[in-house]
Amino acid sequence: MEHAQQPFFNRGPTPFARFLLFSLVALTLIVADSRFRYLTHVQQAVAVVLYPLQRVALAPAALLDRVSGFFTTQTQLTGRNNTLEQQNLVNAAALLRLEALELENARLRGLLDTRATHSQSAVYAEILYSHRDPFTRRVIISKGTSNDIGQGQPVVDAAGLVGQITRVYPWASQVTLITDKDMTVPVQVMRSGVRGVLFGVGSDGVLELRFMPFSADIQPGDKLITSGIDGTYPAGLPVATVQEVERNAAFMFARITAQPTAGVNRHQQVLVLTASAAHPENPGFEEPAPPRKRNRKGG
Amino acid sequence: MGVSIGPRQELLLPVRPGFLWFTLLVALVANLLPWEGIWTWIKPDFVALVLLFWIVREPRLIGFGVAFLLGLSMDVAQASLFGQHALAYTVIAFGATLLRRRLRMFSTDKHILQILPILLTAQAVVLLVRLAGGAAFPGWTWFVSPFTGALLWPLVWIILLAPQRPRIDPEHPI
Repeated sequence: MEHAQQPFFNRGPTPFARFLLFSLVALTLIVADSRFRYLTHVQQAVAVVLYPLQRVALAPAALLDRVSGFFTTQTQLTGRNNTLEQQNLVNAAALLRLEALELENARLRGLLDTRATHSQSAVYAEILYSHRDPFTRRVIISKGTSNDIGQGQPVVDAAGLVGQITRVYPWASQVTLITDKDMTVPVQVMRSGVRGVLFGVGSDGVLELRFMPFSADIQPGDKLITSGIDGTYPAGLPVATVQEVERNAAFMFARITAQPTAGVNRHQQVLVLTASAAHPENPGFEEPAPPRKRNRKGG
Repeated sequence: MGVSIGPRQELLLPVRPGFLWFTLLVALVANLLPWEGIWTWIKPDFVALVLLFWIVREPRLIGFGVAFLLGLSMDVAQASLFGQHALAYTVIAFGATLLRRRLRMFSTDKHILQILPILLTAQAVVLLVRLAGGAAFPGWTWFVSPFTGALLWPLVWIILLAPQRPRIDPEHPI
């Protein structure tokens, strides 16, 4: 007589089965996130739950900052105040000139009946923390959807372009720096007007201007600014300075390395440009007309 | 004739579930601290260590599900790929279930060599997934944190086991 042996304790699936199940789910999430960009709502929900914990974790550093700020000396403060006032004077003069030029520009554009460039509006944000993930170059800033920040908006600091908003949470957002391996910025050489595309290589302080012919008019020390062609970055933001131009006949293109002008590691404050510049709509591809059937005529 | 295997065993009080969840929360906050400079790659993954400890000690209270959810929250906090830490912690949970009986044979300092392969495997799995996804190799510093984590293990063991040790009154030992 045989009867089925019932297990004494119900233990559920074996650890190995559980391991396989959970790893499969994790791999599915990874693919869904990296390839298709699904799951943003799930991530936002997790971010909301996590927010108080993050504030707790950041509190000691903020407190330290405040306490050390309390002990700065009078001379330091007055010195800093002096330099800032001088800078303010210089900036004010430049701003006056800019206003006059803007007026003149608007009048000329009115005469020419061209599309007006939108004025920028910007949101001030602080960098909460940076470089957690060694595979990418990203920072988290302190403003999110609650401050009208959206995906794809450019981020600048006082010196130049920092990066682009790649993911938005309710009270924070993720900025991918231009040094990230997957980032490209369309640029223009300020001196000669040559256009090109600047690639991040995935390490700090290095950018590459790829696919430029040998004859391109580029020298070390040239300033690179955004060309505004893609419509993501407004034209004229300083991006990088050319460091080295290597023209080796063994390769198809010149090897040009550049150093970003913005100092992400030095500053704590950035500006997010929320209204991107007006640009003409993408013309897209028109359906090619179906080829006419040729009448086959023998001979 | 008693055959003694491994270190001296001691009787411990049952763990309070509140303490377990509290330590996991503290570990999560420790991971979220704004680490700067070289500390970003030297620092151990505190959540991985505490998780490993509790799955080894209390497999009835905590298991794969908790590990997975903690991984997801780490992914959002660190802006890494969604599911990357979840995968790493699933590997760690599986390693912990394998180690559960074996660790009792060894004293705490010998645990280090048992823990290290698990932490290294989890780190290597994440590296492989990221490289397959087209990321650049982050350098060999990527493998430093499992070593610091394993070296910190005896400390984790002492701290997390302390509340379960019964207080022995020297006047009345029993």
